[in-house]
Amino acid sequence: MFLAIAQRLGQMLFVMLGISITVFLIFFATPGADPSARIAGRNASPEVLEAVRKSFGFDQPFYVQYLIMMKKIFISGDLTSFVNRGWKVVPAILDAIPVTLSLVIGAAVLWVIFAIIIGTVAAATRGSWLDKALMIMGLIGISMPVYWLGEVMNLITQSRFKDTWMFSWVPPLGYKNFSDSPKAWFLTLIIPWITLAILYIGLYARVLRANLIEAMQEDYVRTARAKGLSETRILLRHALRTSLISFITLFGLDFGALVGGAALLTEVVFDLHGVGKLTYEALLTLDLPVIMATVLYASIFVVLANALVDVIYIFLDPRVRTV
Amino acid sequence: MLEVRDLKVSFRTEQGLVQAIDGVSFSVAEGEILGVVGESGSGKTVSLLAVMGLITDPNALIEGSIKYKGRELVGLNAKEMRQLRGREIAMIFQDPMTALTPVYTIGWQIAEQIRAHNKISAKAAELRAIELLAEVNIPNPAEAIHRYPHQLSGGMRQRAVIAMALSCNPSLLVADEPTTALDVTVQAQILDLVRKLQRNHKSAVVFITHDMGVIAEIASRVMVMYAGRIVERGSQSQLFSSPLHPYTKALLDSIPPLEGPKPHRLKSIPGAPPTLLNRPAGCAFAPRCVNRFEACINTPALTANGHDAACFRVNP
Amino acid sequence: MVDVVLNTVRKSRGPWATAMARLWRDRTAMAALFMFLMILVLCLLAPVYASWAHMQPFKSTLDATITLNGQTVNVMEQSTEGLGLGYNPIGPTWQLGNYFLGADNQGRDVMSRLLYGGINSFLIAGAATLFTLFFATVMGLAAGFFGGFIDTVLSRVLDILWAFPIYLLAISLSIVLIAHGISLGPITIESGSLWLPIFIIGIVYIPYVARPIRGQVLSLRESEFVLAAIGLGVPSHRILFRDILPNVSTTLIVFVPLMMALNMLTESALSFLSIGVQAPDASWGTIIQDGQGLLYSRPLVALAPGLAIVLSVLTLNVLGDGLRDALDPRSKIKLGRG
Repeated sequence: MFLAIAQRLGQMLFVMLGISITVFLIFFATPGADPSARIAGRNASPEVLEAVRKSFGFDQPFYVQYLIMMKKIFISGDLTSFVNRGWKVVPAILDAIPVTLSLVIGAAVLWVIFAIIIGTVAAATRGSWLDKALMIMGLIGISMPVYWLGEVMNLITQSRFKDTWMFSWVPPLGYKNFSDSPKAWFLTLIIPWITLAILYIGLYARVLRANLIEAMQEDYVRTARAKGLSETRILLRHALRTSLISFITLFGLDFGALVGGAALLTEVVFDLHGVGKLTYEALLTLDLPVIMATVLYASIFVVLANALVDVIYIFLDPRVRTV
Repeated sequence: MLEVRDLKVSFRTEQGLVQAIDGVSFSVAEGEILGVVGESGSGKTVSLLAVMGLITDPNALIEGSIKYKGRELVGLNAKEMRQLRGREIAMIFQDPMTALTPVYTIGWQIAEQIRAHNKISAKAAELRAIELLAEVNIPNPAEAIHRYPHQLSGGMRQRAVIAMALSCNPSLLVADEPTTALDVTVQAQILDLVRKLQRNHKSAVVFITHDMGVIAEIASRVMVMYAGRIVERGSQSQLFSSPLHPYTKALLDSIPPLEGPKPHRLKSIPGAPPTLLNRPAGCAFAPRCVNRFEACINTPALTANGHDAACFRVNP
Repeated sequence: MVDVVLNTVRKSRGPWATAMARLWRDRTAMAALFMFLMILVLCLLAPVYASWAHMQPFKSTLDATITLNGQTVNVMEQSTEGLGLGYNPIGPTWQLGNYFLGADNQGRDVMSRLLYGGINSFLIAGAATLFTLFFATVMGLAAGFFGGFIDTVLSRVLDILWAFPIYLLAISLSIVLIAHGISLGPITIESGSLWLPIFIIGIVYIPYVARPIRGQVLSLRESEFVLAAIGLGVPSHRILFRDILPNVSTTLIVFVPLMMALNMLTESALSFLSIGVQAPDASWGTIIQDGQGLLYSRPLVALAPGLAIVLSVLTLNVLGDGLRDALDPRSKIKLGRG
């Protein structure tokens, strides 16, 4: 078991190292333009370019440049934006993380609950009109661009039906701190949560249904039937329980990616100042240091989320426990 | 105790209706061991799955009559069938590696079956599970109940499956090739175990296998199936000493003899068993039969005098 | 038992013929295919529509006027709200060829832009799909077939790309490339080129395809007919192309519509974030972005391209499901992360 944990840790470090090197290569070694021009942003003066070149060590070998970058982001945290002169990037990211976490955790709760319910109901009624209707709804959910869905939501709740009893409770766009007012925090996030969750509900319900149907063909389900258990019990205690293992794996990947910034489209549409929105604003101004830092922080979250999944895995799958 | 009359199982497929079982009749008396022999695809498993009500394919059609202790099982509603399954009729499957749910301990899985049929406490069910594991010779049963399937060897898992099947003292035990996936030495132990348990619990056993050697070990009566029909049935001694059907003879010829001179080559049956879609009209074994003659283009009926065969050579 | 029955049944016809016959009978999939082709053809008719309607979808036309029900109307109307500054584009007239869906904030006809944008969306999604499938197949084949060192290196690279959130990888690539373009030896891609989003989207999805392909090649490599061929001394390129590639092609074909769907969504998102298709070119994503500022006054500018995306992606997904059912009824192929 300890060997397995050590192996996982090694893998984690390897992936983080790999991502950081990839980011480094993308930002500093892509052929086409001088990296200091990229870092300094549009229309930078020769002095600024020179300063960037020095501070990032572009006159030194690649590995030194890589180490300088890592130091700026993770150790000294003094990476500064050149577009917004002197603006410290790392504290800005740390400030944005709670917003992103609020958005993603709430959506994740919604999507896990609804995906399990919908996927299980669809698998249980396999082939019926209910199953077909649920799966088509899921497919529509998967087929919608999330930012567009967000705009449609805004159109409905902020404009067209704003003054009806249905949506008069919806506060204007933007984020409210939980510490200031839990109620305002909750209300502002409801629509973003639903929007973000819809895509994943569709995806996860379909995957779960497929896994359940596959599990229902397994020998152990036949054994469970031979034992005289009810179909409901077989579906929930045997098939669903084993299907949750792959469900969780998928969940870890998506959750990590969302916390790491993949929720940016939702954040942009609902004006939530999370990590994604930060990235988006940096995109518009071509502020590379910010993007570099958000991407690297994202990779930490992805790797951490995967580690968390491994822990949950140990609880869910006894076969892993005794490797 | 079990009376199967003219059982037919067919599946709707893209190529039309496929008859997997074509009019099978047999009975099992209390406390006896009936051996069912046949190659894969002969319908031996499907016919017993039909008895258990375990054919869940929505495209399956089951006709005929299955009477268990006088009660008709064909068309019985799902709930009543469920109460019968696991309590009155239990089944052991071929592959112990996949027959148990991987995420629960074997103790939990045995207790689950006990509690599905009896109103007893979790603690009592656990004690009963320990008892059962001891009965199937699993060492250190009080600890073994906390083991997960993947922590046990194939033989041990099959013992656990057998313990589970016996947990409600079923009157009928269906064993579907329970030894095929196991090592030879373990096979012998499992056979001994089944025999011992059958004596202790006084259950009737239907033992499905493709192995004539296993039949010789365990069965009191034997039924030979080919392409969805019974071709021969009789007591074990009748079948082994004076087989009637050419297929049975061929099966017996393909076993290496224990005594006497070593044969130059073991006899094999030429050709392959027909698939369900291209089953020949008339006697299904005719294309592979050394004794076939003109009459074989018709379907032979099974005789009914204790030791029976479906062959025109026997019953012209 | 039942499986045995069905397997023996399938032998009677060729696998491709059977699959195509099954797909043909799948009415939902066929309807989806028909609808997808309809959308595609409509978009391809964009130049015809624009010239028939006398529209210039890529030029700002703030002072244009049109005749509506016998009256002359300005396309950009002085705003009457607030301080009266700025202009409101004309709303949908529901008259084909006459600002059918209204105008955007530069007075351009949304309908022609929608059709033109569709061409770009389909072009990028399609080209990126080919890019992904080609490189994923090469990587998957190389890693799975040759194993050893090649496999170790390729698999690690794929692992790392896999752990990277798609959008962040795409953003990183875009921000670096979008401003300055890229020059790789003889290949130079200008910063505004459509090749950039194709290249970026193509790269980020490689692991999604390469990993399952590698797995499949790995198991084929151990299968008896390949081992036999190796034992007979058949050269490896022959085994690769004659034995392995045809078996992998089923997976690839199933991937085509699903990757197209995924790529359309990704392209639209990148364009919405202004790092995909660059002005003056349009795609459905950029039109939605144009419409964002007009969301509450002229919602159709954003709604119409969004609906076009939903319809196209939905039909592609349904088609993909149908293809998978037809080619791989036992669903042995594992797609994406599932």
